[in-house]
Amino acid sequence: MQEKINTLKPELLRAIEKADTLSALDEVRVSALGKNGQITGLMKTLGGLSPEERKTAGQVLNVFKNEIAAALDQKKEALETKALNEKLQSESVDVTLPVRPEEQGRIHPISQVIEETLTIFAQMGFELAEGPDIEDDWHNFEALNMPAAHPARQMQATFFFPGGSLLRTQTSGVQIRTMEAKKPPIKIVCPGRTYRRDYDATHTPMFHQIEGLVIDDKTNLANLKSVLLEFFKLFFETDDVAVRFRPSYFPFTEPSYEMDLGGAMARNIGKEWIELLGCGVVDPRVLQNCGIDSTQYQGFAFGIGLDRLAMMKYGIKDLRPMFEADMKWIKHYGFLPLDTPTVTSGLSLNGGRK
Amino acid sequence: MKFSLTTLKQYLNTNASVSELADKMTMIGLEVEEVQDLSTSLKGYIVGEIRVVEQHPNADKLHVLRVFNGKEDVQIVCGAPNVRVGMKSVLAQPGCYVPKFNETIEISKLRGVESRGMMCAEDELGIGDDHTGIVDLKTDLPAGTPAAEALNADIVFDVNVTPNRPDCLGVKGIARDLSATGIGTFIDIPKTPVAGSFESPVKVQISDKACPIYTGRFIKNVTNGESPDWMKRALIAAGLRPISALVDITNYLNIAECRPLHVFDADKLTGNIIVRPAKENEKLSALDDRKYTLSPEICVIADERAAQSIAGVMGGTDTAVSRDTKNVFLESAYFEPVAIAKAGVLTNAVSDSRNRFERGVDPLSTIPDNERATQMILDLCGGEASKIVIAGQDPDCGRVIDFNFSEVKRLTGLEISQDKMVEILERLGFGVAGTQVTVPSWRIHDVSLPADLVEEIVRIYGLDELPDSPMRAETLPIGTLLPKQKKEVAVRRALAARGLCQAITWSFMDSKLAKYFGSHGVKLANPIASDLDEMRPSLIPNLLSAVKRNQDHGTADVQLFEVGPEFYSDKPGEQKLVACGVRAGAFTPKHWLAQSRPVDVFDAKADALAALASVDAPVNTQIFKNAPAWYHPGRSGSIQLGKNILAVFGEIHPAILKAFDIKTPVAAFELYLDAVPAGKAKGKLQKEFKASPLLPLTRDFAFVMDTSVEAAKVISTIQNVNKALITDVSVFDVYQGEHLPAGKKSLAVQVTIQPQDKTLTDTEIEALSAQIINFVSKNTGATLRA
Repeated sequence: MQEKINTLKPELLRAIEKADTLSALDEVRVSALGKNGQITGLMKTLGGLSPEERKTAGQVLNVFKNEIAAALDQKKEALETKALNEKLQSESVDVTLPVRPEEQGRIHPISQVIEETLTIFAQMGFELAEGPDIEDDWHNFEALNMPAAHPARQMQATFFFPGGSLLRTQTSGVQIRTMEAKKPPIKIVCPGRTYRRDYDATHTPMFHQIEGLVIDDKTNLANLKSVLLEFFKLFFETDDVAVRFRPSYFPFTEPSYEMDLGGAMARNIGKEWIELLGCGVVDPRVLQNCGIDSTQYQGFAFGIGLDRLAMMKYGIKDLRPMFEADMKWIKHYGFLPLDTPTVTSGLSLNGGRK
Repeated sequence: MKFSLTTLKQYLNTNASVSELADKMTMIGLEVEEVQDLSTSLKGYIVGEIRVVEQHPNADKLHVLRVFNGKEDVQIVCGAPNVRVGMKSVLAQPGCYVPKFNETIEISKLRGVESRGMMCAEDELGIGDDHTGIVDLKTDLPAGTPAAEALNADIVFDVNVTPNRPDCLGVKGIARDLSATGIGTFIDIPKTPVAGSFESPVKVQISDKACPIYTGRFIKNVTNGESPDWMKRALIAAGLRPISALVDITNYLNIAECRPLHVFDADKLTGNIIVRPAKENEKLSALDDRKYTLSPEICVIADERAAQSIAGVMGGTDTAVSRDTKNVFLESAYFEPVAIAKAGVLTNAVSDSRNRFERGVDPLSTIPDNERATQMILDLCGGEASKIVIAGQDPDCGRVIDFNFSEVKRLTGLEISQDKMVEILERLGFGVAGTQVTVPSWRIHDVSLPADLVEEIVRIYGLDELPDSPMRAETLPIGTLLPKQKKEVAVRRALAARGLCQAITWSFMDSKLAKYFGSHGVKLANPIASDLDEMRPSLIPNLLSAVKRNQDHGTADVQLFEVGPEFYSDKPGEQKLVACGVRAGAFTPKHWLAQSRPVDVFDAKADALAALASVDAPVNTQIFKNAPAWYHPGRSGSIQLGKNILAVFGEIHPAILKAFDIKTPVAAFELYLDAVPAGKAKGKLQKEFKASPLLPLTRDFAFVMDTSVEAAKVISTIQNVNKALITDVSVFDVYQGEHLPAGKKSLAVQVTIQPQDKTLTDTEIEALSAQIINFVSKNTGATLRA
């Protein structure tokens, strides 16, 4: 038996090695292990041997059979791999070709900045309040200590409707509505569209403001300073922030201030201070107008131009394109759909640099 | 308000520098917008003496000058007609910056002749608007002297005076405020009564509540010449043109003391002065060259013939003074701010007088200022003054505030000693006796409450010591955003993720286009432009305008959305928040992998559904063919919960596209965020997820039916066969054409069946299939396709 194996083995192994296709290899397999194969033939001869011989010869033959089977498998795998590789090679494409088109939209910088400011004020414990764009005279002027013919009304060129209502010139009407509806403590911010009859390089007839109002039994100007300082540090994502208060005049606050921003943002544009917002201690007349006892309650209010904040933080030079809905502009200055601002991870993906 | 340093120093004794004064004004609420200092802005400009004037060889209107600059003669080409030998004017040398041209002077050639600088006219120096010729300095100063010195130019402050401080519309008020800071001492110019040598032939009678007191003075034999240099310079600094002594005196006192005055040519008056309401349709030709038609709400100063001026606002031409005026009647009066503001709005007349009276001049200054003005007229114009004429009386101005000084600490957090607070108030003119603070008459218009006194004290004291007190964090709100506001954020981000860019467009639009969008006629009374005159009834039109602009600027395929209000009336609150998206042009651009195709109704529907999903709208909505008229009637629909329309979508009507001159199809949707029902109350737990161990199976069916049968009907019919088992029905083919009879279509659906408790047997599945076919055919007339 061993002799036969010795003759057959190199023959088969050579045949396996020579097989260069799966079908050729299969022919070899059939010729060796098929029903009429050479190894199968040898297996059949075992029956004619004595039990002793059969045992020995059987063992040897089995080893041989397994060896050949393994060689066949190995070769088969190699041929399959080769065939697959050839197939894959034939399937290759030019991967530098562009992908299927997919438009990606952008969030408008003003919306982004509104979300950023809300995120900060939310962390400070402010609640959000909203009100109508069309206001009545009471909520936009009278209750805010601007009776008819008050000269301060001329500070705000107002859009009117024939019936006497108007487009709000500031979001302060929301303060009044909030104070009319609930008792202190009140701690709200109200962002929204506001309107004035101005249209030039630095004014648009519609713009955005966020206003803050705190009314309780102790909040004063020093708290306002702290809140604004903290806000601008978080908003501009830098500790290099200074604030300065200049006395000014608004009918609804007394004392009234303009807040100037100093530090990195001002130096960036070559200035020591940038005029940024109006604020002050809520005028007792306004509290009384809303049925709140001004000897018991007090607080502050501030109003910030959101369009201006967006321009400063994100380096937008011109105001007017903000409202022109130019896709190229929005894609340039807009924000990724999932770039949602959070205070914990920094408001913007990269501090505003693009 | 502009004024010169010289005028300020009439009222303030100070050694402070210009920048110290400017900073101080800004920090006490008198914001200095600009300090004009010619010695800075005219750096390099010198006195030049013209030595030779020759005709330019190549230009008739130009001269070639030899100008002595103090060291040598330089050649200058000049076009001014008034050049003459010996004249001293201002020479801008190379390197000088000329704001008017935004240019720096260089050595240049003009028509082939070299010019080493420029001789300047007033406007080029920024000291006036004259451009008829170069400045004739008429100075004894030698050539080469800095021009600012020769021009004797003043330093000018431009201060932004807030409407609550009419007293600071006079330099006197500004000086008083400055003195309160300790930067100088206030000079109160005395106003000595002028005795008067005769009774005024013109008497005064008041019959209008707008005027509590009116004083006059007849001055005869005046000479109305030029005013003295100092006064002219004060006026020029304030931006006013000197006219004649009489007019200049009134203008000067307006700037210096916030005292509007008027001077009538007495010879042009008929009889006495009557202060009265204007008659209906009474006419007046005024000094601003306008003809006014008046009404009884407007107070006028009339003589016995007609109205001669609009009280406190504007004088009339008929009784105006001229250089020939001999006899005058001086008016110093007090008018109620509200009355003047109303007259101002009604007449739309703009004047320095109106500006002051409507904010409120010092009610007790009427008589003293009459004395001061009379004295100035006598000093500058000569003549003889009558006794003062007084009608009415000073309004009551006594106001005492009971002031608890601790209010300063309460409202601001600042610790200031009471002595300091009293000192500040007293320097501002307040009287302090214990806690009783008397308001001076010139502050009566804006100081009435303790908070106003707090402002005065803190304004002058400054906020340098203001502590930075963090607010005590007490409770944080459970959520800052209301559910509606959260939806707004979510829908924005969802639409951006779908490839649309967020636009923010005006809340108003063109009423001519609004009519296509169910206009509610919410028109503005005073729009900023005729094409922005109506509040938008829909967000679509402004986005369509944006589509047009984008396409005109080379972006053919446009994907935009906006989330904002649409308006239903001019009443507060009658607005709704809408998310609106538009896609124009091709859905995908030309591409090697994908066929380009125009946008269609299903793009709009997909956007609408995705937007609804992003705000967690209920899923059991129905589609109706119920979109507004601005959509294509056959390619649009609405998404409703019963009768509640959550959204509408479709292709925009071709007629609308034509109105916007848009050449590509546009697919759009509008989602009414306010209509989406609020989600489940917070705190309720989600239904538990149960994974089924049994595998779902699918069966396909192709039905043939009338083309009018809606797919939704087929789908809902199948779902209703067995709601427990049938979990999904999807349409995978719609066919209409040659293999089917006319008016028929084939609709192929795949039905997903999820066995619930046990595997379904073949018999059960067959029974379910038969039921599906049966139900569909009964409900829609469809037959199973062979």
